[in-house]
Amino acid sequence: MIAELTKKDLIIEQLNALTFHAENEHFKTLRQAARTALADLEFPTSKTEYWKYTRLGKVTNKTYTAQSAATVDPTPFLIPGLDAHILVLVNGRFKAELSSFSSQPGVTVLALQEAKTASRTAFTKHFNQYTVQQGEIFMELNNAYHTDGIYLEVEKGIVAEKPYHVLNITTGNQNIVQPRNLIVSAPDSQIKLIESFVTIEAQESFTNSIAEFYVAENASVEYNKIQSFGPDNYQIATEQVYQESNSRFTVNTATFNGTLMRNNLNVEVNGTYCETNLGGLYLGKGKDHIDNHTVIDHKQPHCNSNEVYKGVLDDESTGVFNGKVFVRQDAQITNAFQQNNNILLSDNATVNSKPELEIYADDVKCSHGSTTGQIDDEAIFYLQSRGISKRNAINLMINAFAKDALEKITIEALEEYINTKIEARFTK
Amino acid sequence: MLQIKNLHAKVEDKEILKGINLEVKAGEVHAIMGPNGSGKSTLSSVLAGREAYEVTEGEVLFNGKDLLDLAPEERANEGVFLAFQYPVEIPGVSNINFLKTAINEKRDYNKQEPVSAKEFLSLVKEKSALVELDAKLANRSVNEGFSGGEKKRNEIFQMAMLEPKLSILDETDSGLDIDALKIVANGVNKLKSPENATIVITHYQRLLDYIVPDFVHVLYNGRIVKSGTKELALELEEKGYDWIKNELKV
Ligand SMILES: Nc1ncnc2c1ncn2[C@@H]1O[C@H](COP(=O)(O)OP(=O)(O)OP(=O)(O)O)[C@@H](O)[C@H]1O
Ligand SMILES: [Mg+2]
Repeated sequence: MIAELTKKDLIIEQLNALTFHAENEHFKTLRQAARTALADLEFPTSKTEYWKYTRLGKVTNKTYTAQSAATVDPTPFLIPGLDAHILVLVNGRFKAELSSFSSQPGVTVLALQEAKTASRTAFTKHFNQYTVQQGEIFMELNNAYHTDGIYLEVEKGIVAEKPYHVLNITTGNQNIVQPRNLIVSAPDSQIKLIESFVTIEAQESFTNSIAEFYVAENASVEYNKIQSFGPDNYQIATEQVYQESNSRFTVNTATFNGTLMRNNLNVEVNGTYCETNLGGLYLGKGKDHIDNHTVIDHKQPHCNSNEVYKGVLDDESTGVFNGKVFVRQDAQITNAFQQNNNILLSDNATVNSKPELEIYADDVKCSHGSTTGQIDDEAIFYLQSRGISKRNAINLMINAFAKDALEKITIEALEEYINTKIEARFTK
Repeated sequence: MLQIKNLHAKVEDKEILKGINLEVKAGEVHAIMGPNGSGKSTLSSVLAGREAYEVTEGEVLFNGKDLLDLAPEERANEGVFLAFQYPVEIPGVSNINFLKTAINEKRDYNKQEPVSAKEFLSLVKEKSALVELDAKLANRSVNEGFSGGEKKRNEIFQMAMLEPKLSILDETDSGLDIDALKIVANGVNKLKSPENATIVITHYQRLLDYIVPDFVHVLYNGRIVKSGTKELALELEEKGYDWIKNELKV
């Protein structure tokens, strides 16, 4: 008797058809270990605590194919006025001919597949290091079947001169895309990145992306993520971050829409005197479902973390925020601040917000808060009474509300780009 | 300019305005006085277009247009300005950004070009000086953390920036110290012209020493029960409202 294939089996069957570049034994073994792990994992149900508020039926019911890279025009997705290296991935594969970047001594930029072939020491040391055996099916799916992505390495003491913009473009129908990045920043280095996820005429595509970050002593990494999919596309994005002493890691996530968007952001702070900043802004409309799950794990003393997520939800959209902060026993003198605020623009919009603090040390300063409210009608009337249309009044209020969620962005052109996108969204 | 005819309005099924009649012509200053809860702020809110108030009867014409038919922002752009009794705090929205948006919407409404950065700055400078509003306040969030008096000055500053045809000042004097009262009144007077008109709502005759009204009306229980000249305010100050209430009973 043949056992009935599960949804997972069906998706894996498709992925098994993928051909990868020749990889050496080390990387093959990593993929194989993930395949083995997948055998024991199933797609989460609403009973799975980690996925309680996000039903994945929509995503897991489809019959995906992993489609090859099409030729597309990336220019509409570039950030005006931004002087950056542009690295374009189409359907999870690096496209050199669409990219434009120059080399800087001390900074290595490679397509992931090239990095595997080149077997750079730092790459081999850190790749897959932060995603292994986490018991998460989507992480293992990417571990086993990722196609390509970007490897960025900044050597000791090097400051990357320009930001790197990794642009992920997805096309096609029911396309499964699994890009994968690794960013290694050596001691005393600095780098800024933007990663955007967009679609061109894509329908019911599923992006299951991973980015790993290794932040060495006294290094500084700023990672800005923009999710701006067309309707009916899904993404599960995972970032795994590892921080050493005296390092700074800042991540800003701006989610402009998404039928189903789930961000898993996990930061392990395993050094002293670190700084960790998590900013997030999500704007839902229609039936969008936007879910942010974050974990900051403070393992060592004298660290600060600061997390601000803000959501504006219209129509029948849903926002989910789950922010966990662990302060382990050794992590004395930790300052952990976390905040999630939401505005509901319609009676049918909903938010599930759950900040969680788990503190095992005694000398710490931690705070968390969560608010969900309507836009202040009195304020809207006040603005209208000065001649401002209701739409613009709402726009002013939303901009004011959203402002501090992404205030840690230090790339001016990006800030402007995001503001314009927010405005375009709420102006008539 | 403004004609209010038999205006009735209710809020949450409670009738508050019970037939208001009032005509204000260009160049005039009208004062409205009346006991707490008589409906003065309700009248201003109805004129400015606050949604919570439902007009059940009557009409309001503003320069011949049906005012009640317009959205609040259209009323403002037609030239109606309400200085709120309780100005609203709007965290995160900068005063300057807010005013610039307001001015440009008005210009757009009147099919004019947007204000230039330079022009706008000099306007801000000129008008904030008029009410002696601290320049720092102009850069803060709208009314956030402003003292009571600063909020009131900010209202008149906005009025000066927007140059309305009809200004309704709802207890702008309350919360102002004596010097501020003079400054604000002085500001209002400087903005006065034969083309615009002012309605001042107040409890205190003192304000009317500075902003001298052509007419004084007493609003009581949702109606204007007495109208007169500025001497009426003095009489009220002296005798309180009881004599009017008694008069009404007779
Ligand atoms: N939104 C509302 N809901 C319920 N009642 C209201 C509302 N607004 C006004 N009222 C009532 O209407 C009546 C008139 O209020 P209004 O604010 O117009 O008085 P006022 O004349 O301005 O008084 P004051 O001199 O104290 O400012 C009061 O009894 C008040 O409680
Ligand atoms: Mg009042």
